[in-house]
Amino acid sequence: MAIDINEKIQSLCSEAQIETGSILQVTVPESGWHTFASALRNQLGFDFLVTIVGMDWKDSYGCLYYLTNTGDNTHIRIKVIAANRENPTIQSVADLWAIATIYEREVYDFFGIIFINNPDMRRLFLSIDWKGYPLRKDYDMNPELNPISTESERQSDFTNVYTQAADGSIECNQKRIFQPDDFVVNIGPQHPATHGVLRFRTAVDGETIKKIDVYMGYIHRGVEKICEGLTYPQTLHFMDRLDYFSAHPYHHCLCMAIEEAAGITISRRAQVIRVLMDELSRIASHCLFIGTYCMDLGATTMLFYTLRVREQILDIMERTCGARMTFNYDCIGGVMQDLHENFVPDVKALLEILPANIKEYNKIFTGNVIARNRMEGVGILSREDAVSWAVTGPSGRASGWACDVRKTDPYSIYAELDFDEVIRTECDSMARFKVRMDEMQQSARIIEQLIDNIPEGEYCVKVPKVIKLPAGHWFKTVEGCRGTFGIYIESDGTTSPYRLKIAPPCLPLAAVVDHITTGSKIADLITIGGSLDYIVPDMDR
Amino acid sequence: MQDLSLFTSWFHNTLLNLLGHEWIAVTLECIIVGVILLLLYAVLALFYIWFERKVCAAFQCRLGPNRVGPWGILQSVADMFKILIKELITLNHVDRLLFAVAPYLVIIASMLAFAVLPWGNGLQIIDFNVGIFFLVAVSSIGVLGILLAGWSSNNKFTLIGALRSGAQMISYELSIGLSIVTIVCLAGTMSIGGIIEQQRDLWFIFSGHIPAIIAFVIYMIAGTAETNRGPFDLPEAESELTAGYHTEYSGIHFGFFYLAEYLNLFIVSGVATLLFFGGWMPFHIPGLDAFNNVMDYIPSVVWFMGKAIFLSFIIIWFKWTFPRLRIDQLLSLEWKYLLPINLFNLALMVAIVAAGWHL
Amino acid sequence: MPYDAWKDNEYIENLVKELQENGVNVIVGSLDKLINWGRSNSLWPLTFATSCCGIEFVSLGAARYDMARFGWEVARASPRQADFMMVAGTIVHRMVPVFRRLYDQLAEPKYVIACGSCAISGGPFRKSYHVAMGIEDIVPVDVFVPGCPPRPEAMIYGIMQLSRKIKVEKFFGGVNRQQKQAEFLKEHPVQENPND
Repeated sequence: MAIDINEKIQSLCSEAQIETGSILQVTVPESGWHTFASALRNQLGFDFLVTIVGMDWKDSYGCLYYLTNTGDNTHIRIKVIAANRENPTIQSVADLWAIATIYEREVYDFFGIIFINNPDMRRLFLSIDWKGYPLRKDYDMNPELNPISTESERQSDFTNVYTQAADGSIECNQKRIFQPDDFVVNIGPQHPATHGVLRFRTAVDGETIKKIDVYMGYIHRGVEKICEGLTYPQTLHFMDRLDYFSAHPYHHCLCMAIEEAAGITISRRAQVIRVLMDELSRIASHCLFIGTYCMDLGATTMLFYTLRVREQILDIMERTCGARMTFNYDCIGGVMQDLHENFVPDVKALLEILPANIKEYNKIFTGNVIARNRMEGVGILSREDAVSWAVTGPSGRASGWACDVRKTDPYSIYAELDFDEVIRTECDSMARFKVRMDEMQQSARIIEQLIDNIPEGEYCVKVPKVIKLPAGHWFKTVEGCRGTFGIYIESDGTTSPYRLKIAPPCLPLAAVVDHITTGSKIADLITIGGSLDYIVPDMDR
Repeated sequence: MQDLSLFTSWFHNTLLNLLGHEWIAVTLECIIVGVILLLLYAVLALFYIWFERKVCAAFQCRLGPNRVGPWGILQSVADMFKILIKELITLNHVDRLLFAVAPYLVIIASMLAFAVLPWGNGLQIIDFNVGIFFLVAVSSIGVLGILLAGWSSNNKFTLIGALRSGAQMISYELSIGLSIVTIVCLAGTMSIGGIIEQQRDLWFIFSGHIPAIIAFVIYMIAGTAETNRGPFDLPEAESELTAGYHTEYSGIHFGFFYLAEYLNLFIVSGVATLLFFGGWMPFHIPGLDAFNNVMDYIPSVVWFMGKAIFLSFIIIWFKWTFPRLRIDQLLSLEWKYLLPINLFNLALMVAIVAAGWHL
Repeated sequence: MPYDAWKDNEYIENLVKELQENGVNVIVGSLDKLINWGRSNSLWPLTFATSCCGIEFVSLGAARYDMARFGWEVARASPRQADFMMVAGTIVHRMVPVFRRLYDQLAEPKYVIACGSCAISGGPFRKSYHVAMGIEDIVPVDVFVPGCPPRPEAMIYGIMQLSRKIKVEKFFGGVNRQQKQAEFLKEHPVQENPND
C-alpha cells in the first residue's frame, strides 16, 4: 500500500523527495506545489487538510501540510519550502481545500509568507498595523514597536489578492469585502451570542444575511510563541486555557506527543485515569453546550438544569485535581496525583443520575415545537463541505463524516473500549445538537466499562528531571470535545520546543460560519453559531 | 358583596358639601386619583419585577433575591433608587426630541389603560360605553414609543429591534382585537361595567364554552406577543440584538421601558381577567346560593388582583420555558394560524349567540 | 456577612475616616445613605467575558452559587444599563480599544472588577507579545479578584467588597472614588470616535 502511494507520488512529481517513517513525508519544490496538491486532492483522495504548520528554519521559511484521506484514513505530510527568504511566497491551495483560506491567513499573519492566489490575504489575528511577524525567529519583541493603544483599530474595507504574472513578478490587487451599498451590522466582539470575543461583520438585507466576515484575534495570546521559550513541562498548562472545557483531552494530547518523543511509556493505571477524565470532561462540556445553546435560542432555564450535572462533574474533578477549571492534571509520565478515594463512588453516582437528566433535557427542549422549528433544516452543512472546511468533532459527525479520532486513529486505550461513534446524516443544527446528546451517553458507556477496572500501579512513572527531546518532529491528534485537536512539536534537541504548533478544532468551526449562514436569517446565525459550538480562546490561542 | 361605589359617592358628596362647587370637587378628585394611580403604578411594577425574579428562580432551582429585605422584597426598591439617579447618557447624532419622547410614550400608553381597568366593585376610574374599545386604542400607542426609540437611537441593533417590534405588534393587535370582539359579541356591550355585570352568574370562559376558550387561548398567545415577552421577545432578543430597541437608553429612561414591560404584563392579564374571568366578579355557580354568598365575602379587589396575578404567572411561565421564535415563524403563526382560527371562532360565536346556545 | 469575617476592614475604615474628616450635613448624609443603600444593593453586571473566568461567572449565576440572591442576576447586554463590569479574562491588544469603549459607554456610576490573574497582571501570558499586562492602565479598577480562574466564591466576595465600597461613597460632595476616577480619566482621556 505504502509503496503504491510512493510510486504514484513519484510519477506525479518527479522532484518529490519521499521519506517514510511513522508518517509518509514528501518534500516538494514550491514551483510544482499547486499541481501536486490538486493531484493529491483529486487523484489520491487526500480530501481533509488537517493543518498547515508555518515554519521558520532560520535559513528559509516554509509550510508543512498535514493531509488525510478520509476514505482509507492514510496520512501524509508535505513539506514546501518558500524559495525566497526576503519575500517568501507559496502557491495557495485555497481552491482545493476551503479551509486553506483561513489556515494560510494564519501562516501569513505569523510568518509573513504570502500565498499567491489566496482570495483573502489579510492578517487574521493581529491588527493590520501590526509591525513584524511574531513567530519568525528574528521577531523583535520590543513592546514599543507595537504599543497598547486605546484608539479604535484601523479597519479596511479591502482585502488583498496576490497574483503571479507569467514572468514571475508578484502583483497585489485590492478587492472589496462588502459592496458599497450593503447594510453591514457589526455583531461582536462584545455580544452575548458570540460565545466570547468573536466579531462578525454581517451584511444583511432586511433580516436575511448576505455575507459574514469573521474577525478573530480578540483573545489571541500568542501561546505558540511563549511555548518556544519554555521547557516542555512548562508548556503543559497552556492546554487548560485554550478550550477550557477540553482541558483534559488537550493535556492528554501534548503529554502523548512529548512522551512519544522522549520514549516514555506510561502505566496502564495512568492511561485509564486519563481516559476517564477525558470522557468526564466530554460530558461536562456537552452539558454546557446544551445549556448555552438553549439559552441562545431563548430557553434560559435549560442552562440551569444542565449546569447542575456539570457542577457534579466539576466536584468529582475538583476532589482529584484540586481545581474547577484549569486542572493541569495530566503530566509527562502519567498524572499529577492519584485519584481521590471517593472518585469511584462519585462517578457511579453521576452515572446513575445521568440518564434521567438526559431524558429530562429531551422532554423540555428537544421535542418542543418551537425548538424544532428553529433547528431543523437550519444551517445545512453537507459532508463534502464539512470535509473541505475541516469541520471535525460532533459538528462534522452531524454531517455524516466519521471523523472521531478515537475510532480512526485510536490512541491510549480507546482501541479496547466498546463504544459507538455517533453519526447523523441530517446535516442541520438539530443533528449537531442530537449528536452531542448521544455522545454523552457513549461517554457514560466508556466510563462504565472502566470505572470498576481501574488497575493498580503507579499513577506516574519516573521521568528524567530535565526533559530533552531528540531532534525531530511529532504530530499527535486527539478527539477534543469539539473536534480533532492536534499538536505539532519540532525539536532541535534542547529542553524547549523549536516550534510548537497547536491545531485547534474551533478555528474551522468559526471559519465555516460564513459558508453556512449565507441566505438565512439573523436569528439563524445565532442558531448555527451556537450549534457549531466554537470556543474563541481555542481558535485564537 | 361590598359595593365600593358607596364609599366613592360618599367621598364625592363630602367634598361637595365642604367646597360647595362641583368643579373644584371634581378637580380635587382627579388629582387624588392621579396620585393614587401613580403610586399604584410604581408599587405594582416593583412588585411584578420582584415576582418575576422569584418565579424565574423557582423554575430554575434557585432561591432568587433574598438579601435585601425579607424574601428580597426590597430588591426592586433598591433597583429603583439606583436607576433613578443613574446617568442619562446623551448621544451624538440622535434625534434628540424623539429619543427623549419615546420612553414617555410607552409609559403613557400603559398608564392610560389603567384608567378603565375595573379594580373592584365600584372602584373604576371611568366607566363609559366604549371602555373596551378605548383600552385597545390606547394600548396601541405603546408600539409608537418602541418604534421611535429604535429609530431615533441611530443604532443598527435598535433599528432592527424596532422594525421587528412594529411588525409583531401590528400583527398581534389583530388577534387581540378579534378575540375581544368575540367576547363583546357574547356580552352584547362594550362597556366594561356591562361586561362584568353579564358575568354575574357565570364567567364567560364557562358560559361561552368552546368559542370563549378558543378566544382565551388566542388572547393569551397574542397578549404575550403584545408585551414583547418570551417566547415572543424578538424586539429585545438578548442573544441576537443585545438589548433590542432600548439598547441605547440608560438610567430612568431605560427604567421606563423596563417598568412598562411589567405593567403591560399586568394590563394584558387584567384584560384577560375582565373578559374571561369576570373581572372583580367572585366565582359564582348558578343555583348554589350558599356557595355564592361565601364567595361574596372575599373582597372584589382581591378577586381581581388574584386572577390577574395568576394569569401573569402563566405568562411568566411561558417565558421561562419556551425558546424564542424566529421573526418569520412569528409572523406566519399570526397570519396563517391565529387569524383564520380567530375569524372562524368569531363566526362560531355569532352563530351560538344568535341561536342562544350559550349558558 | 459578619463584619469580622472581612479580611481587609482597615482599608474601608481608612476610607470612612477620610470621608468623615470633612464633616457631613445631616440631611445630605441621610440622603447619601439612602442612595448608597440602593446602589450597593442593586449591582447589575455587564455581560462581558473573554475567556475561562467568564465560564466561572456563568457558574456564579447558576443554581449552586446563585448570584440572584444578592440581586446581581440582571446581567445587561447593553453597557448603557449596567453598573459594573466584571473583566473576566485576558485583555489583548486588539481587545483594548473595544474594552475601553465599553467602559466609556457604561453609565455613571460605574465600577470595574478585575477578575482573574490575566486581568490583574497578564497572568500566565506575561511573556506574550499580544497581551495587555493588567487592565489598570486602561480603566480605573475598583476591586481585584485573584485566581486563575477565581472560584465563584471568590467572585461573590469580590462583588460584595465592591458593594461595601459603594456604601461608604459620597454622592454629594464627591470625595474618594469619584475624584480618583476623574484624575484617571484626565490621564487617560476618552478617545474620540472618528466616525462620530
